[in-house]
Amino acid sequence: MVKKVKLPLTEETLAELRAGDNVLLSGILYVARDAAHKRMVEALERGESLPFDIKGQTLYYMGPSPAPPGRPIGSAGPTTSARMDMYTPRLLVAGLKGMIGKGVRSAEVKGAMKKHQAVYLAAIGGAGALISKTIIKSEVIAYQDLGPEAILRLEVKHFPATVINDIHGGDLYVEGKAKYRRKDNG
Amino acid sequence: MREIKAGDITRAVSSLFKQANYELGKDVLTALKRARREEESPSGREVIDTILKNADIASNEGIPLCQDCGTAVVFLEPGQDVHITGGDLYKAVNEGVRRAYAEGYLRRSIVSQPFSERANTGDNTPAVIHTDIVPGDKLKITVLPKGGGAENMAKLGMLLPSDGRQGLVEFVVNAVDEAWSKPCPPVIIGVGIGGTAEKAVSMAKHALLRRVGEPSPDAEIADIEREILGKVNNLGIGPMGYGGRITALAVHAESFPTHITSLPVAVNLQCHSARHRETIL
Repeated sequence: MVKKVKLPLTEETLAELRAGDNVLLSGILYVARDAAHKRMVEALERGESLPFDIKGQTLYYMGPSPAPPGRPIGSAGPTTSARMDMYTPRLLVAGLKGMIGKGVRSAEVKGAMKKHQAVYLAAIGGAGALISKTIIKSEVIAYQDLGPEAILRLEVKHFPATVINDIHGGDLYVEGKAKYRRKDNG
Repeated sequence: MREIKAGDITRAVSSLFKQANYELGKDVLTALKRARREEESPSGREVIDTILKNADIASNEGIPLCQDCGTAVVFLEPGQDVHITGGDLYKAVNEGVRRAYAEGYLRRSIVSQPFSERANTGDNTPAVIHTDIVPGDKLKITVLPKGGGAENMAKLGMLLPSDGRQGLVEFVVNAVDEAWSKPCPPVIIGVGIGGTAEKAVSMAKHALLRRVGEPSPDAEIADIEREILGKVNNLGIGPMGYGGRITALAVHAESFPTHITSLPVAVNLQCHSARHRETIL
């Protein structure tokens, strides 16, 4: 069963989502990766505000390929989330509620997610063409000088993702691996 | 002596990188369809369905398979009787990369200085070029746009000779287990055994060019490939790490004689978006 979910995430939605759920997201996503994360956290450390109101929002870790003529964006699949781990707890303190990427998060991030009641979802890496078709609009909203790493605001419709870490302690990567692991693995 | 024009090399490289980024090879598609039949986990099957659907969209609508259009890795096998005319061979290759990434709307992901400034070179050059001179008067060009997520999970182990076959199998299985969900499984596992440190790493990368699932011509190496694949597919990681049987589509190993004191083993992982193309001029 696929759940249709509206963005930004509400408290009710956050409580409903369970690790392993397949969801189709519609609404607004903000895109930021390595360089933008570094700059956002540096701004917060200096006591400055972020270029957009992050409270309740969802971040997508992604760096698209260039948009061909007539399209809002090029290929647009997730990048490895672990590279953002050292910046994530600070953004969760600032009110971030959802993250979309791929691959396992650190223990620190999982702890901070639990504390601040946020969820982590994965999109399918290497499915950038398919995901691109669910992005209706893309605009650079900050850090334009970072080029492919600038912050984007996306409007998405039926963006496919899977819940990895829910607010109840569920963890699909850990549970999935344990379920299918067999003894003879070296 | 046969002459090959540098301009023809540029055109070939450009066309290969565009093709590779928009279309998965038949061998990869066949391996993915087989994995779809064999996968026990429902979420694993859904992931593979999505990967196959993505391949259709990419080739039919001209959107790159993955936004990470890779480091431009190029393998050149010039025949010793070939003479390149009208320009420098490596410049011709880099010009081909430059054109492919600009004309093909491919993401340019290379930074010029790796450890602090990290400024994008803007055209995805320089390519990483491997050259192997062979007999004959032809030039074989193979391109491998290599995504960063899987490449970052590469490993080199300088094992002890006493570690033997069991030690090298364990080393490879552990490398895949540690990489877990990060390299975009189901992966293809390239393994280099023997030689020196850099020879092992280079063989692990070269092994990825083999047709997916084709066993090594050496019976013992082929047996090691089967053993590693069996063990890796018992790890439980599954497609994209959501839990499942198919963590790897294939294991490809290459081996080379080594020093009496050494047993180098290298692992290079290829994500499921296994993009490579070749041509012979």
